[in-house]
Amino acid sequence: MNLSIDVTNNEGVSNVVLTGEVDAFTAPKLKDTLLPLTKEKGQVVEVDFQDVNYMDSTGLGVFISALKSTKEHESEMRLVHMQDRVYRLFKITGLTEIINIESTVQGGM
Amino acid sequence: MEPFDFVEVKVPAKAEYIGVVRLSISGIANRMGFTYEDIEDLKVAISEAITNAVKHAYKETGEGEITIGFGVYQDRLEIMVADHGGSFNLGEIKEDIGPYKQDDDIEELREGGFGLFLIDALMDKVEINSKYGVIVLMTKYLHETGVGQDGDQITTPQ
Repeated sequence: MNLSIDVTNNEGVSNVVLTGEVDAFTAPKLKDTLLPLTKEKGQVVEVDFQDVNYMDSTGLGVFISALKSTKEHESEMRLVHMQDRVYRLFKITGLTEIINIESTVQGGM
Repeated sequence: MEPFDFVEVKVPAKAEYIGVVRLSISGIANRMGFTYEDIEDLKVAISEAITNAVKHAYKETGEGEITIGFGVYQDRLEIMVADHGGSFNLGEIKEDIGPYKQDDDIEELREGGFGLFLIDALMDKVEINSKYGVIVLMTKYLHETGVGQDGDQITTPQ
């Protein structure tokens, strides 16, 4: 019931690997880590969802903030390796239209 | 009266306990025979309601308790989330409850963005009682297909 966040930076790309659950308890930590990465012009922030087995609207809120920040600072964010269940939340809230997401099983729902 | 089991869980109004309640609901829903997908929906819905209650409790006093009640019926699971520590008086809650309206004191759910939207999308029925604090009552049926799921049957007098 925790979230670990591993960030590796190389040549304009930040890889953020998430492991665990994103909820009201862990979302603040994610936001604090993710937002500064999006504030560098031209930076690509790639968030790996492979091992995220739970997320709710608090997580959606973090990625909306991060998306806004990328627009503001001319950086880029993409979410990769997303599991079906998590992808579904982005889908039913319409966020798949505005956020760059690659799911492991695209559009299962 | 329709027979049911009732499980009540009380946790501190702190975000770190939301995951604990998710484990509770996944245990109860699994025992009832809900599918994996439905259990995941239930986990998100209950977390949204508790997140709201935590924010509400924090705004008021910075501490407090949240009470969660599970009504385990033959054909459905009813979940109540109250942003206060008192036990549920089921009769009273159901008397005052109704579909949520624009003027209800649920601004936290809206501020949270997609919280209420997700609860509504993932559950079969959602009602709010805001007479004593805020109580969210949500229902999920065991079999999504079929008729007679409009939920009116529970209001039938004995």
